[in-house]
Amino acid sequence: MSTIASLRIGEMGYISEESLDVIPLKLLEMGCLPGAEVRLVQIAPLKDPLYICVNGSHLAIRKETAAKIKILKVNL
Amino acid sequence: MPKNNIKVALIGNPNTGKTSLFNQLTGLTQKVGNYPGVTVDKKQGTSKLSATQNAIITDLPGTYSINPTSIDESIVLKTLLKKDIKESPDVILVVADVENLKRNLLLFSQIKDLEIPTVLAINMVDQMSRKGISIDLTALKEELNTEVVLISARKNTGIEAVKDAIIKCHIAAKATPMCDNKKIDPAYFDQLKAINPNYTLYELWLMVTQKNFPEGISKQEKEQLLSFNKDVSKLRRYQHKETIYRYQEINKVLKKTYLVDKSKATDIRAKLDKIFTHKIFGYFIFLLVLLLIFQAIFDWSSLPMDLIDTTFAQLSDFARSNLPVGVLSDLIVEGIIPGIGGVIIFIPQIAILFLFIAVLEETGYMSRVVFLMDKIMRRFGMNGKSVIPLISGTACAIPAIMATRTISSWKERLITILVVPFTTCSARLPVYAILISLIIPETKIFGFYNLQAFTLLMLYALGFVTAILSAYILQRTLKIKSSSFFVVEMPNYKLPSIKNVLFDVLEKTKAFVLGAGKIILALSVVLWFLASNGPESYKNAEKNTLDKAENEHLGSDELLQKVAAAKLESSYIGIMGKSIEPAIRPLGYDWKIGIALITSFAAREVFVGTLATIYSVGSDDENTTTIKEKMRSEINPVTGEKIFNFPAGMSLLVFYAFAMQCMATLAIVKRETKTWKWPLIQLFGMTGLAYVCSLIVFQILK
Repeated sequence: MSTIASLRIGEMGYISEESLDVIPLKLLEMGCLPGAEVRLVQIAPLKDPLYICVNGSHLAIRKETAAKIKILKVNL
Repeated sequence: MPKNNIKVALIGNPNTGKTSLFNQLTGLTQKVGNYPGVTVDKKQGTSKLSATQNAIITDLPGTYSINPTSIDESIVLKTLLKKDIKESPDVILVVADVENLKRNLLLFSQIKDLEIPTVLAINMVDQMSRKGISIDLTALKEELNTEVVLISARKNTGIEAVKDAIIKCHIAAKATPMCDNKKIDPAYFDQLKAINPNYTLYELWLMVTQKNFPEGISKQEKEQLLSFNKDVSKLRRYQHKETIYRYQEINKVLKKTYLVDKSKATDIRAKLDKIFTHKIFGYFIFLLVLLLIFQAIFDWSSLPMDLIDTTFAQLSDFARSNLPVGVLSDLIVEGIIPGIGGVIIFIPQIAILFLFIAVLEETGYMSRVVFLMDKIMRRFGMNGKSVIPLISGTACAIPAIMATRTISSWKERLITILVVPFTTCSARLPVYAILISLIIPETKIFGFYNLQAFTLLMLYALGFVTAILSAYILQRTLKIKSSSFFVVEMPNYKLPSIKNVLFDVLEKTKAFVLGAGKIILALSVVLWFLASNGPESYKNAEKNTLDKAENEHLGSDELLQKVAAAKLESSYIGIMGKSIEPAIRPLGYDWKIGIALITSFAAREVFVGTLATIYSVGSDDENTTTIKEKMRSEINPVTGEKIFNFPAGMSLLVFYAFAMQCMATLAIVKRETKTWKWPLIQLFGMTGLAYVCSLIVFQILK
C-alpha cells in the first residue's frame, strides 16, 4: 500500500482511515487527518524531509513519519 | 487610567499576524517580562478600547493547539487553565489567518470549550479576493456563537472593530462550548465531569491529558484525574478522536460560511518555492544570505563599535579627571564604566544579527532553510531548526541558545545548546585580531589573499567544524530517549513589516543587554576588585618600585607604568596568575597570560584589556600598536625567548577557539537546561579540549 513517502512531486492521495493511530497528534491538529487530500509539493534535495500540502496546511515532515501514513493514491 | 482594565489574552497559530495585531493594539506600551518559573518572555501592553475602557493585552506564544509540544506552547495551556488566579484572562482574542481558517479554528474550538468569552479576529482579509475566498460574516458569528471580526493588521483595518468586539464580549460574558467530548464516549466523560463540576469538561480533560492542575483542584480530585491517565493507549485514541471530531464540527460551520473559488486564486508560493528549495540554487541562495549576514555583522558594525569604544574611553578619562581621587572613583573609572562599555560594544553586532533573523523569519524564508538543512543537521544529531542558533552563535552564544527553544526534540535541542559555544562569537574577535597580528606575517598567499585574513577564516572554520564534530560525538554518546518528531509549517512568503521587525530587534536587544549585561558588569567589578587589591606585599609594591635604584632615571610616565605593573603582580589576581603558571607553562604561557586567561572567564574580550593593564598601557585605540609592541618585545626570563612567538601564539589561538570562557553563556545554559550538569560539562569538556589541543600545538611547533 502506498504512503505519503511513496508519492512523487505533484501527486495526490487521500489519507486512509486506518492511519489514524500512527499519525502524531500534533500532525492531526495541523490538519493531517484521515480522509484528507494530501499533495506532495516538494522533496528536499537530500530526499528528506517532504513538503506536503494537506487541508490547506503547507507542512514539512520527515520521511520516517511520512512512511507511516498510508494513503489511497489518486490517479490523475 | 480607569480601574477594571479588561484582561485580554492574545492567542493564535504562528504566522497568522498575531504580532502585527499586538503591535497595532498596544503600540509602544509593550513591556516584556517573565512568566514565573519559566524563561519564556511575557509580552504585555495596554490598549485604549474606548474613551473609558482600557485593556491589558498579553501576547501568548504562537501555537497550533492547546496541547503543547514545546516550552513556549506550554505557557498557553498554563495561562488558560489557571482560572483561579488573578492572571487569568477575562476575554480571549483568537487571531486566525483567512487562508488557513479551517486549521486555525481547531485552536479556536479548544479555547471555546474552556468557556471563557472569546473574540475571533480573522486576519489578512485584504488577501481574500486574490485567493478567491468569500466569508458570510453574519452566518459565521451565528454558527460560532461569538464575536467575529475581519481585519488586516498590516493595513491597520478592522482594529477598532476588534476593540469594540472585546468590550461587547466582555459585557455579554457569554461563553458556550463548541464541541462536546461526551459524544466520543458518554460514560467515560460523564465519570470525568463528576470529579469536579466547577470545571468545564474540557478543562478536566486537559488536566488528565496534560497532567497540569489548577490550584483549586484538591489532592483527592487530582488522584481521581490521574487514574484516567493509566490507560495511555485509550487516552491517546480519545485525543485522536477528539481532534477528528473537532474538524468535523469546523467543517460543518465552514460549509455554510466559507467559500473558496480556486480558479480565482493566484499563488506565487509555488514559483518561489521552486527556487528557494532547489537542490542547487536553494543552497547557493542560502550561502549568499549567510555571506551577507557575516558581511553585515563585521562591516556595518565596525563604525558604531569604534564609536562606542572611544566614547567609553573618553567617559573614563572624563570621570577620572572630574571625580575626587579615591576607591569609589577607581571603581567607577576602572570597573563600572569599562564593564558597561564591554556590554554596549556588542549591541551593534547583535542588533544587526537580530535584524536579519527577524527579516528572514517574517518573510517565511527561514522555514525553507530549515527544510533544506534538516537532513544534513540530523546526521550530526541536530535538527533543521538548529541552523538558526548556529548562525546566531557567530554574534553571541546567548541569543543563540535561547533560539533553540523551537526545537521540540529534547536531545536535538540539548546537542545544539552544547555545541553552539564552539562557533566563533564576536567576543573572540579582538583576541584573534591581536594574536594574529603578532604571529602571522602580512604576506600574501596564492599571490592575492592576505595570510592574516586567511588565518582568521581558518579559525572560523575550526570553530564550526568542532561544533559539528562534537555534535556527532554527542549524538553517539548521549543516552537520551526523545521523540525525533519534526513538523514545520511552510508559511506563505510575504514582505516583512518594518514595524514588526524593528519591535522584534528592539525587544531582543534589550533582553540581551539586561540579561547578559548584568553578569558581564558584575564580573568586571569583581575582576577590578581582585586586580586592585592584594595582601601585604601589594601595599608595598608602589614604594618598593619607587625606591629601586634602577628606576631612578626613568621619566614619570614610565615610572607610573612600572608601579602599575608591580601592583598588578602582587594583587590577588596576580597571585592567582602565578599559582596557575606551572599548569600553563607547557602550553607556552607565563603568569601574565595566566591572569588574562583567568579574567577571560568573565568574557573573552577581556583578554586584550587585561594584557593592556599588565603591560601597563591604556587600552585606547591609539595605543593598540604599543600593546602589540610591548607584547612582541616581552621576553621569557627563563628561556630568554620571546613570549609571543609563533608556537605560543598558535597555542593561544587554539585555546581561545575551544575553551568555554563565558560566564554569561554558562548561566544561560543552566537556565535553559534547568541543571548545572550541562554547563559544567561544557566548562570542563571545552576547556579540557582547549588545554590538550593547545599543549599539542605548542609542543609540536616549539
